[in-house]
Amino acid sequence: MSRSLKPVLFAGLAGLAILGAGPLIARTAKPAKTLTSAPAATATASKPVPLGLGRLALPAEIKAWDIDVRPDGVGLPPGKGTVRQGDELFQAQCASCHGEFGQGNGRWPVLAGGQGTLKADRPEKTIGSFWPDLSTVYDYIHRAMPFGNARSLSADDTYALTAYLLFLNDIVKDEDFELSDKNFTSVKLPNAGAFYDDDRETSEKAFWGKEPCITNCKPEVKITGRAAVLDVTPDSKSAPKVD
Amino acid sequence: MSSDHKTSPLDRRRFLGAAGLAGAGLAAASLPLRAQEAKPDPLITEVQDWNRYLGEGVDKRPYGTPSPFEKHIVRRDVSWLTASPDSSVNFTPLHELDGIITPSGLCFERHHGGIAEIDPANHRLMIHGLVDKPLVFTMEDIRRMPRQNHVHFLECAANSGMEWRGAQLNGCQFTHGMVHNVMYTGVPLRLLLAEAGLKPTAKWLMLEGADSSGMNRSLPVEKALDDVLIAFAMNGEALRPEQGYPLRAVVPGWEGNIWVKWLRRIEAGDKSWQAREETSKYTDLLADGRSRRYTFIMDAKSVVTNPSPQAPLKHKGRNVLSGLAWSGRGTIKRVDVTLDGGKNWQAARIDGPVLEKSLTRFYVDFDWAGQELLIQSRAMDSTGYVQPTKDELRKVRGVNSIYHNNGIQTWQVRPNGETENVEIA
Repeated sequence: MSRSLKPVLFAGLAGLAILGAGPLIARTAKPAKTLTSAPAATATASKPVPLGLGRLALPAEIKAWDIDVRPDGVGLPPGKGTVRQGDELFQAQCASCHGEFGQGNGRWPVLAGGQGTLKADRPEKTIGSFWPDLSTVYDYIHRAMPFGNARSLSADDTYALTAYLLFLNDIVKDEDFELSDKNFTSVKLPNAGAFYDDDRETSEKAFWGKEPCITNCKPEVKITGRAAVLDVTPDSKSAPKVD
Repeated sequence: MSSDHKTSPLDRRRFLGAAGLAGAGLAAASLPLRAQEAKPDPLITEVQDWNRYLGEGVDKRPYGTPSPFEKHIVRRDVSWLTASPDSSVNFTPLHELDGIITPSGLCFERHHGGIAEIDPANHRLMIHGLVDKPLVFTMEDIRRMPRQNHVHFLECAANSGMEWRGAQLNGCQFTHGMVHNVMYTGVPLRLLLAEAGLKPTAKWLMLEGADSSGMNRSLPVEKALDDVLIAFAMNGEALRPEQGYPLRAVVPGWEGNIWVKWLRRIEAGDKSWQAREETSKYTDLLADGRSRRYTFIMDAKSVVTNPSPQAPLKHKGRNVLSGLAWSGRGTIKRVDVTLDGGKNWQAARIDGPVLEKSLTRFYVDFDWAGQELLIQSRAMDSTGYVQPTKDELRKVRGVNSIYHNNGIQTWQVRPNGETENVEIA
């Protein structure tokens, strides 16, 4: 790995040498000299002076790692895939954990259903019922799934799987629906509008600035719940999960 | 000094006699038999092996481990919590620890794709996006930058999350053990960003890990320029692999998930990414069906670690109540403790450093006559925030928000010393 990167490193240095800007001196072959001439005292200044460390990232390197996709479609690679293609891939690569229809086997995550349950006592939070943005589906599958074999799906595979998940969640009804980088941002998820920024400092304002009671605060105390009574068994399926 | 030494045995005998008399009324049950009736202790009267034979030499323990008598002090997991141990959590044994620094080997773990094992020579950190110069750093580069040392707690957003609906797990290791506190050594993120030259249009950064979950989260630029460290060391040595070796983000006061481990990429952008870990996860569903997002800060919280279900009271008479308090908004200003379920409170004694966004240790030295106790602690921070009860939190949030449960914990101590996780009203 490091050996194969060496030519890249030198290429980066060469590029910087051509640029020839002042602070880039530290990136030449003699870093020791730069260290003695760069005063360490600048380190804690509010506007840090560049240290001249690191090298330019090459376009091919950025392309290899920059796989993220945003809700506005920035980052989507060219490609396409249909619900039918996604179904086939899903059964082969995903269904063993997530179930044929995204219903989740055992304690593995449920991917479909649950719409309208967010106010229920036991909400079912899935892509269809909870997730705000389709871009997250693409981004997450492409970077982290299948579990244990990440980064193995092509752009077309990921479009197809995303299309199949839209179908499982009744967001698209047509098995011939094709999702692509062209029509991606036109698809909206049902729960998109239900998120708002942290408002604790206003909605929980009562938790600030009070002088709490110290003596004779209440006449009686009664126990209303016990962990030993609940005694959660290690194989319980109804127990809450760490998300 | 030497004259003190000569007179001290007499003084000590006199002192012990007086103390024994004074404590007799309360602690009679635990006092030893009178000297003339007691059998001599063979641990004193017989020469012990460790007093006679040679122990191991200095060449036997190049990297020391705790005494075998401490081998029960370990991280523990709860297998039913998650579908796979590779995307799961374990818990710090808070009830066995003291002070404020968590030993590196006991810091709870939370992985989403197992532990990435990375040779530091093969690790790269890329900074790109809305910057003047996209850059790649090696670990050697990062170790040549001006570094800082800070002690901070890292608390999982889901710490105490299993307790939203009621008392469930019996031990502070399980109810509160998704937290640890270590000294980090690293480079301020603002220095790394200055190397690349952040463009004025950059409002968010995406941090991404090199592990198989490709953990990615959006971090507001203001926080990045404030106190975020890119750390390569904890407690004086390299990060442990399970804590992100060779490089992780340290985001003081904020939920653990955003402290991206095995950090390999920082992208600057004008909007947040809405990654899985800030949409599907780490959003807080409230009773009206809507959800809070970007709930980054961990509010003031505390827990009594001793006594607790895994550390019952063993002695009547003198006891030490011990606990931890922390706040993501600043320092801990005061901790109150009640022994009677909140009827009466006293200010605990805070001992040791009181640091910004760090665990803080408190004690109450008390006498116990064997009555039932209902113990709670209540933290107050430098912003004037007072730790709420669980019921106060539920009134605002319902019971399905999973994360950010900083409600007051109650332990019931029974007359036999057994201690249980309970809820009271």
